[in-house]
Amino acid sequence: MSTENWPLWEVFLRSRNGLHHQHVGSVHAVDPEMAVANARDVYTRRGEGVSIWVVPSAAIVASDPADKGELFEPALDKIYRHPTFYEIPDGVANI
Amino acid sequence: MTDAPGGQGCDGYLPVLRRGVTFDLVYSQALDQRDAQPDEAVNAAFEARVAAEEKIEANDWMPEAYRKTLIRQISQHAHSEIIGMQPEGNWITRAPSLRRKAILLAKVQDEAGHGLYLYAAAETLGVSREELVDQLLQGTAKYSSIFNYPTLTWADMGAIGWLVDGAAIMNQIPLCRCSYGPYARAMVRICKEESFHQRQGFEIMVTLSRGTDAQKAMAQDALDRWWWPSLMMFGPHDSESTHSDTSMRWKIKRFSNDELRQKFVDVTVPQADFLGLTVPDPDLRYDETTGHYAFGEPDWSEFKAVLRGEGPCNAQRLAHRRRAHDDGAWVREAAEAHAAKKSR
Repeated sequence: MSTENWPLWEVFLRSRNGLHHQHVGSVHAVDPEMAVANARDVYTRRGEGVSIWVVPSAAIVASDPADKGELFEPALDKIYRHPTFYEIPDGVANI
Repeated sequence: MTDAPGGQGCDGYLPVLRRGVTFDLVYSQALDQRDAQPDEAVNAAFEARVAAEEKIEANDWMPEAYRKTLIRQISQHAHSEIIGMQPEGNWITRAPSLRRKAILLAKVQDEAGHGLYLYAAAETLGVSREELVDQLLQGTAKYSSIFNYPTLTWADMGAIGWLVDGAAIMNQIPLCRCSYGPYARAMVRICKEESFHQRQGFEIMVTLSRGTDAQKAMAQDALDRWWWPSLMMFGPHDSESTHSDTSMRWKIKRFSNDELRQKFVDVTVPQADFLGLTVPDPDLRYDETTGHYAFGEPDWSEFKAVLRGEGPCNAQRLAHRRRAHDDGAWVREAAEAHAAKKSR
């Protein structure tokens, strides 16, 4: 029996026609085909998906959660990027 | 690893799943599929899926004409966002307050972002970013004619947000239900962000129209100049529109050009009334019987001239984009050199 760890794959499911794929978890598998097969068995036993993507976990590049303060700070004080920042006078419709 | 179903072990397991299941790398099929002859049954199945409101995804089979239509439409849309940064970028340094400047900067940033969402959606159809950018720089690709008009005063920032983004939203909301999944999803994102654009424009118009006589006149002048080009954004009359029928059947398009134009007029005229501004159309009147505004004819010869490249700013817009592209060459080269150095 092999003692080598099988590669890890991240699993993304399209839950319904037209929606984007969303990350649901991961599986171990020796190759892409087995990764899809395992993802089907592990994550879609109750019809959770209409399409599966698997991506080698090693290919995922992630931001460091410790950096989230400085990484996302620039967006926080720009409240004028939201439509609710603007006051639309009473009596104006469809804006 | 758990046992495979039926206790067959891995050897018996994979072929079971393989039956009728493809493992193509996403997006690679777009290229492979081009040589394939369209099969009657396959084509009929595609038409049936579209008719049943199913979304078509990147690695689904699609007719070559559907793919081409989408590449053309999505890339034109992307180019419009990119070129569309220029008329407003023109006023960033001259915005009347820090507040207005920050808002305008954020809006122009959004246009760049929208261009990128759309280029990415087009790329799922098997065309490369470089090809698309080249088409824009060579002048062979089209973009929305509206961006070939100059922004002469600050009030134009108001009129563009209110009218041009208003018209764009009218066009774009039905595209959120487009039959091509990646385009539809990009449009959902864009439409969410677009709402702030229109509101900030209308806010500028409200401020100016409640200001001094000179400010009010400036708002009126902007409306006078942007009204007709905004109506032209919906494209030619349905009777003259070349791609409409197929695009409707394929659910790339949901409403005709004339329907959307009418909707825009119906929604916008009351807003102009609220501002106390006059829509520059002597034929404009509310028709009690239809419940719609009747309005005059845009100058279609002007529309065609702008599309031919003879608008007031066509040459300037393209020259500026080329210059920006060339000026950015050192950044692209530096990024590649840095990546090469790191991988050594």
